Amino acid sequence: MRKFYGVELSSPLMLGTSQYPSPAVLAEAFRRSGASVATVSVRREAGGDTAGQDFWALIENLGVAILPNTAGCHSVKEAVTTAHMARELFDTKWIKLEVIGHSDSLQPDPFNTLEAARILCADGFEVFPYCTEDLVLCERLVEAGCEVLMPWGAPIGTGLGLNNIFGLRALRAQFPDIPLVIDAGLGVPSQAAHAMELGYDAVLLNTAVAKAGDPAAMADAFGKAVVAGQLAYAADPMEPRDMAAPSTPVLGQAIL
Amino acid sequence: MKITVNGVSVETDATTLAQLLVEHGKAEAKIATAVNEAFVPAIARETHSLADGDRVEIVAPRQGG
Repeated sequence: MRKFYGVELSSPLMLGTSQYPSPAVLAEAFRRSGASVATVSVRREAGGDTAGQDFWALIENLGVAILPNTAGCHSVKEAVTTAHMARELFDTKWIKLEVIGHSDSLQPDPFNTLEAARILCADGFEVFPYCTEDLVLCERLVEAGCEVLMPWGAPIGTGLGLNNIFGLRALRAQFPDIPLVIDAGLGVPSQAAHAMELGYDAVLLNTAVAKAGDPAAMADAFGKAVVAGQLAYAADPMEPRDMAAPSTPVLGQAIL
Repeated sequence: MKITVNGVSVETDATTLAQLLVEHGKAEAKIATAVNEAFVPAIARETHSLADGDRVEIVAPRQGG
């Protein structure tokens, strides 16, 4: 199993912490999913507001690795400053680098993502870049020092699944030693299983669980799906073929 | 002097970032800070002087995807 900056994850499921109906449901979703990583953000807190302190008390008790993000950042400067605040706040070198370039699709900005990745890698961060499946961009991110790549499946929050299976398969073939995570766009567990069947190392999702009618049950389903997909990939699936081939022996069939 | 904290204009007597955090009840809280868009680590809050017009950001852990 490929390691994430030297860390072996107990489950290939990374789960977001946003948009749940309640903190209790969030905790139950994590428990049932078996997720090994929780993504979190940093946001303003002043005056008597203690929402962040309360949230941290909940997350600390989940017993999972913390992956802070730079969600909402559009510029290199914003992302780098946010990463520094997150590193101190969560006491981790891990950072999910998210630099948005397009406000409708929330597509990552490849140019600013690369520049921010260069700065953060040089400063000792362990960068998990949210990117597209663009081979050239991913090559540059690896050259910049990224030891993990996180291409989108589809735009954030859409639930469309894997929009470019050919591109994702090519990325897997191009980077056999780099842990690859499908980040964003997944809607149902079969899509997560498919990502794992392509040889991906993990999936990161949030909305599909948090916005399900029963988030904890959906978390359970995703947890089982990623394990199923992982097992299937390791089991070396058969090659698809265009023509039918009988599975029951033809030899010995009675002539009637 | 007048500064901005998390986008809100405030009057303060604090001369350092550490004093400002005490004023805002955040001295012991799990937070991180930036002044004028530059990260200020916790270890530097005592010595980081504030000036009129400074833009201070105080952030805490929050839900994220």
